[in-house]
Amino acid sequence: MFRHALSAIQNIGHRVIEGIWRLGHASRFFILVLLKSGTSLRRFGLVIRELYFTGVLSLIIIVVSGLFVGMVLGLQGYETLQKYGSESAVGTLVALSLVRELGPVVAALLFASRAGSAITAEIGLMKATEQLAAMGMMAVDPVARVVAPRFWSGVISMPFLAAIFSVMGVYGGYLVTVVFIGVDEGTYWSQMQSAVDFRFDILNGFIKSCFFGVAVTAIAVFEGYDAPPTAEGVSGATTRTVVTSSLVILGLDFILTAFMFRGVS
Amino acid sequence: MTSESLIEVNNLSFSYDKRPILNGINMHMQRGQVVAIMGGSGSGKTTLLRLISGAIQPTNGHVKFAGEVVHELSRDALFSLRRKMGMLFQFGALFTDLSVYDNVAFQMREHTNLPESMIRDLVLMKLHAVGLRGAHYLMPNELSGGMARRVALARSIALDPMLIMYDEPFTGLDPISLSVIGNLIRRLTDALGMTSIVVTHDVQESLKIVDYVYFIADGVIAAHGTPKEVRDSVAPFVHQFVHGEEDGPVPFHYPAQSYKKDLGLGDYRV
Repeated sequence: MFRHALSAIQNIGHRVIEGIWRLGHASRFFILVLLKSGTSLRRFGLVIRELYFTGVLSLIIIVVSGLFVGMVLGLQGYETLQKYGSESAVGTLVALSLVRELGPVVAALLFASRAGSAITAEIGLMKATEQLAAMGMMAVDPVARVVAPRFWSGVISMPFLAAIFSVMGVYGGYLVTVVFIGVDEGTYWSQMQSAVDFRFDILNGFIKSCFFGVAVTAIAVFEGYDAPPTAEGVSGATTRTVVTSSLVILGLDFILTAFMFRGVS
Repeated sequence: MTSESLIEVNNLSFSYDKRPILNGINMHMQRGQVVAIMGGSGSGKTTLLRLISGAIQPTNGHVKFAGEVVHELSRDALFSLRRKMGMLFQFGALFTDLSVYDNVAFQMREHTNLPESMIRDLVLMKLHAVGLRGAHYLMPNELSGGMARRVALARSIALDPMLIMYDEPFTGLDPISLSVIGNLIRRLTDALGMTSIVVTHDVQESLKIVDYVYFIADGVIAAHGTPKEVRDSVAPFVHQFVHGEEDGPVPFHYPAQSYKKDLGLGDYRV
């Protein structure tokens, strides 16, 4: 009994130490990526090529999801607000929910699933098939040539994707509440205009999406580069990217919200 | 040691954690030579290539390449040295997102300021040397195993290196592709005046093309010599390896307790 308890404590201790060690390892790798970003800036074509894969190819899922999330928000918001005779505020509800929270958060979650996992799998497979080793043997640094362009492409595309998500959500809300239900169009837009603040709402949402972009892509490139060079290793790394990114996005969102919207009515 | 040596491996040892892999290896490889490194799986052959290329640090001893101690170089100096080396990985390690043409052009674009018209000519010349000029537009997933290795070979000679290291270049190839790769290694080494190190299990094919052979077993050099010396050798390990005998100094059975004891027979009957 005592031996089992001791073993359990040892196991927990081992996992904690391993977790801290991995966090330190990931932090060092993140700094290395930043230090080796010069190539990405000098040869911006490398980043643009990756922007296509991470950003442009994520557009469909972002546009469609944004539209549906906005439609659901409009429907639920209208159903609730009309009980209090405040259905005219539905535009405000949809816009604030999207630009403050759902736009950056849901877009980042989708981005982690679509682009983050793809980045991890690609880098992991390049490692497993010795492409990264071959690059090193050709005196080309794989962190500068492969990892950094993918990292910056994710950081750049995330805020744009979040903005597109929010815009599509607002139009989704418009579609349901104005076109289908019949809320006054002028009220929908004017209430939204007067309630949404550029500094507190739109800018803070943009800042959030920048943080999420850095977090998701940093996790994705690290997991790919650190993946054991086997099929099982790459699959595990891809899963970790999605799970860790999702948790980090939600955790970061709470912290950022606490700082950004404290005292804002 | 001779003044012609391109690579000198002196008293080289390497351990993973505390498990010794190589112990006191000495080798000299001259310019223009094709040298084979043979040994069983897990004997440390690929590790030796990684030590020569500076990818890992030895625990003892050193490797000199063109007069420079590889593991004492700074990262920049090592990368500069690696421009004089090429490596053919076991399955080619072609960049899967680039075409055959772009794979061969990769180093030229990364390390030189040559105009694209000149890069085009050079790439086609390298591909012509391996017989795949007509395949320049294909993607790696459209190539057979032998073709992929020939493209990788063209890529590794892109900047006319002094040394090419081949990690198991014959693995998984049909007899024709195997013979093509073997002849290409010999021909390119002679034509470009470089040195080639071939890590391989394929005794018969490699003995046809190499100038010298080192056998590694249990982390040390078990035997070495010219192909003729190796073929005529009566040393038990070399004889077993060259003739592919299943039992000998390298035992067929993994160490275990008595067979009778395991089966509970004779005195061990329960």
